Amino acid sequence: MTTTEIQTRERLTPGPASSSVLWEYAPSLESTDHVKLASRYNLFIGGKFVEPHSKKWFESINPATEERLAEVAEADAHDVDRAVSEARRAYEKVWRKIAPSERAKYIYRIARLIQEKARALAVVETLDGGKPIKESRDVDVPLAAAHFFYYAGWADKLEYAFPNRTVSPVGVAGQIIPWNFPLLMAAWKIAPALAAGNTVVLKPAETTSVTAMLLAEIIQEADLPPGVVNIITGAGATGAALVSHDDVDKIAFTGSTDVGKRIQRTLAGTKKKLTLELGGKAPNIVFEDAPLDQAVEGIINGIYFNQGHVCCAGSRLFVQESVAEAVIRKLRERVQTLRVGNPLDKNTDVGAINSKAQLEKIRELVESGVDEGAEIFQSSCALPQRGFWFAPTFFTGVSASYRIAQEEIFGPVLSVLTFRTPEEAIEKANNTPYGLSAGVWTEKGSRILNMVSKLRAGVIWANTYNKFDPTSPFGGYKESGFGREGGLHGLAPYVVLS
Amino acid sequence: MSESLITPPAGSFAPALLRRSLADALEMDHGVDAVAAEERANSLAKRSLKKDSKVWGLRLAISMMDLTTLEGKDTRGKVHALCQKAMRPDPSDPTIPHVGAVCVYPTMVPFVRQALKGSGVHIASVATGFPSGQTFTSIKVQETRDTVAAGADEIDMVIDRGAFLSGNYQKVFDEIAEIKEACGPAHLKVILETGELANYDQVRRASLIAMFAGADFIKTSTGKVAVNATLPVTLVMLEAIRDFHHATGKKIGMKPAGGIATAKLALSYLVMLYETMGPDWMNPDLFRFGASSLLNDVLMQLRKERTGAYQSGDYFTLD
Amino acid sequence: MSPRLSVRKTYKLYINGEFPRTESGRFYAVTGKGGELLANACRGSRKDLRNAVVAARKAFGGWAGKTAYNRGQILYRIAEVCEARAAELVEELRRQGAPAAEARREVESVIDRWVYYAGWSDKYTQMFGSVNPVAGPYYNFTVPEPTGVIGVIAPEQPSLLGLVSRIAPALVGGNTVVAVTSEKQPLAAVTMGEVFETSDVPAGVINLLSGIKSELVPWMAAHMDVNAIDTTGVPSEAIATVQKTAAENVKRVVHFDAAAIGWDDHRRSQGPYAILDFQESKTVWHPIGM
Repeated sequence: MTTTEIQTRERLTPGPASSSVLWEYAPSLESTDHVKLASRYNLFIGGKFVEPHSKKWFESINPATEERLAEVAEADAHDVDRAVSEARRAYEKVWRKIAPSERAKYIYRIARLIQEKARALAVVETLDGGKPIKESRDVDVPLAAAHFFYYAGWADKLEYAFPNRTVSPVGVAGQIIPWNFPLLMAAWKIAPALAAGNTVVLKPAETTSVTAMLLAEIIQEADLPPGVVNIITGAGATGAALVSHDDVDKIAFTGSTDVGKRIQRTLAGTKKKLTLELGGKAPNIVFEDAPLDQAVEGIINGIYFNQGHVCCAGSRLFVQESVAEAVIRKLRERVQTLRVGNPLDKNTDVGAINSKAQLEKIRELVESGVDEGAEIFQSSCALPQRGFWFAPTFFTGVSASYRIAQEEIFGPVLSVLTFRTPEEAIEKANNTPYGLSAGVWTEKGSRILNMVSKLRAGVIWANTYNKFDPTSPFGGYKESGFGREGGLHGLAPYVVLS
Repeated sequence: MSESLITPPAGSFAPALLRRSLADALEMDHGVDAVAAEERANSLAKRSLKKDSKVWGLRLAISMMDLTTLEGKDTRGKVHALCQKAMRPDPSDPTIPHVGAVCVYPTMVPFVRQALKGSGVHIASVATGFPSGQTFTSIKVQETRDTVAAGADEIDMVIDRGAFLSGNYQKVFDEIAEIKEACGPAHLKVILETGELANYDQVRRASLIAMFAGADFIKTSTGKVAVNATLPVTLVMLEAIRDFHHATGKKIGMKPAGGIATAKLALSYLVMLYETMGPDWMNPDLFRFGASSLLNDVLMQLRKERTGAYQSGDYFTLD
Repeated sequence: MSPRLSVRKTYKLYINGEFPRTESGRFYAVTGKGGELLANACRGSRKDLRNAVVAARKAFGGWAGKTAYNRGQILYRIAEVCEARAAELVEELRRQGAPAAEARREVESVIDRWVYYAGWSDKYTQMFGSVNPVAGPYYNFTVPEPTGVIGVIAPEQPSLLGLVSRIAPALVGGNTVVAVTSEKQPLAAVTMGEVFETSDVPAGVINLLSGIKSELVPWMAAHMDVNAIDTTGVPSEAIATVQKTAAENVKRVVHFDAAAIGWDDHRRSQGPYAILDFQESKTVWHPIGM
């Protein structure tokens, strides 16, 4: 396996600068010279890196530059079968025989290794997926370590999580994760599964597999018994093969609602357990007595964090009419200060769109918004020449029937609607097949508590947004999926109670 | 709220007009979420400035400094030396600008005026029973008049915190208006003493009251209490200034004071200023640092940028 | 060439993140199984105890205010450092009379117990807190909060595992601790002070005093700024007196029945209920309106 040095991509210069920029912050690039990537990654099965059966690899590119980062193996049904067999063997012969307190220690080791290698992981996450380094460094990687820490602690305490029941693991878990928080989603899936005594076959998203491969290396370093965690890379076909494999006891999927429904159909009639974490179109509701400047920060964070590639993004702003003008004005000013560009620049606020395909989807929906009659505002920031980029955008004058108010855009695009009374806000907020998350902004405590009791969403943020913690259960209502990740509730999908 | 704010002509005092404005100030008041405000301040502090952009910021910071000495033991000699430093912060580098102002107690003003003649450095003085403000309004007004007559072209006053904390906003408002009137041609900075206020809600409220009462600048602190300027407090005050500007068209300046000892921190303040207020506020007419030891740290950073080596305090004069 | 002479260790107290000698200047002899002199341990005084409580009180706000995650990380770090220094701890136990294999087992149990309690830091709230469905338009919730400064009298034996088993649940729950070590076998416990000091434990969170229990226990029991007392290591004939004295400021009195349960029961020698022993319960009401 040859290694390639990652060169600092100086070529990510923005286009012609806006003439009225008084203070240009010079590029402050996170250094990449301490990061060594292989030019090609294989499948992680049975504790070893093995070549794919098809002898096919595909490219993983850096969406900010369109340059190739590494090659990743394409697993076919044969590889899936091999991985599941390894997971089954490890489950029956090794993992369930290890004392829970010792299982915990393996998981603690993984957490510690992530902490030790935090900066390198953050850099690679940014290179592979396009998200700003300040997010991968300050959010993704620390939370991933924290999830492993949290669930490590449950491994020998399961009898307290389920009073009056004997707790057993489910068996072999097949897990499919998306491209928006690659390492973090891997942590969300693997940690509780292992803590409860299961073994795992994980399929990362095809555009963002590299940090999963680095996690595989960490798992090797932690001396985790071979086969307890297997990571097989590939695209939709690989995932489908995993879902329909007979010897998988449970499937956990995070991704689009369409694919989630397909999986649910596939599993019908089988005994496999299933949890789904799907899309959303979250309402972010701002009342007239909200702390206005902080509400604007919350709106910005809600939709532009991670380029809007967030299932729980606050993509529908409901602002009370009496403060709509002020909020929209502040929003316009604030959007203009967002720094869009080289994700490796520590000053970048909004990074690259994850893939060409996603960029097309965003463009299409934004065009529909204009066509349907909404008023568009877009940041006038300069965008780099190469790579996939979309300027932060919001629409005003949006009707609930417009596609931009109904369909998940999964990009830095906000739809702004207004309301007069709380009842109206609740009605409109709930009027969607989705139900993942919601935001409420008001200084009045009793109103917060009333709103949260009426909003049909699995996660509700009051006077804040996009906050995550391993102790805090996350998951949706309705077509946003079922099952919870995080907290005591996050153990339930991975145990059998008798 | 009145569509246009009518500034009383200099020398007049129109209580009816001003009383309406207190209501205006309170109408613009709303809550501030402390957790979110601090988060925003912290995220701005993470900005990383390198090379030319850093040097530009550091030079600007020097031009914005109110070099300050406010001690019972200040003497003519001390103040004279400070003025030399203010005019030529680094004799080895003539490209470094002079500071924004020298800030002293009223009795030192004549010496400052003499030392700074023709330099372009402003003469700022505290007044109104600084730092506690616990004296009679008549004394405060007289002190202000005498200090301006002695040559100060900037007055830094303190608000009546006792009145504010007991809810007597009218008294706070009226006193600021009176001092503004006593200032004559001098510009007025109003010190809120944020370290004595209960929370950010009160900081916003005090900011609005000060601006509607006639402040040209709002300032965080006297530097004489345990907690002085912080990034979140500054953010909240800037947001109030922004709202005031939108409502009235008038641009008010801001001055964080006390506790800003490092160049790195000063740059964080400038980043916050830039990203909250935009380019118009990036000059000494609308932003000042109340500082003393900050100057040398900034000079050391500038020399480091020039030479590439970390610096020692031995190579920079104390005053 | 003469043989190399060893540099003998001085065993001191651990108070406020420092290692002072007892202010009384007194010592007492710690002897091994055969009566041989092992060390002159500090004979801790009431003033040392007083200083330790002041330190523990000062450290309480910061320790209780840390995130649960942070406290868990620190406890895990303690385990890491214990593991690294296992040989030294085993040697201290062995010197004091334990057979080598037993000493080894005890140290391993100590390390595992730190790991165990580290894992509870961000979970016991979910077990002992609740949202209560009151019959009215109110949101009502109950949260556990740390009791405060805990006085722990460690058992004579096992001198290290006994101490750790009683202080870890108090600590993970956000309390600060003043502990009196085993009187006859203080050496391993005193060494643990060095482990704490190198494990990111803030000064004053844990304080260790060696000395004569009959001299120190009455002062601990009577101290008005100690909020709870763990009597596990108090001689049985003295417990009733301690309970009576503790009533003066309504101290919570906690006792672990080591004789009945032992120290190695995975379910009963450790657990979340040991944490609950040092928690208070706060219930909050808030209207649900518009």
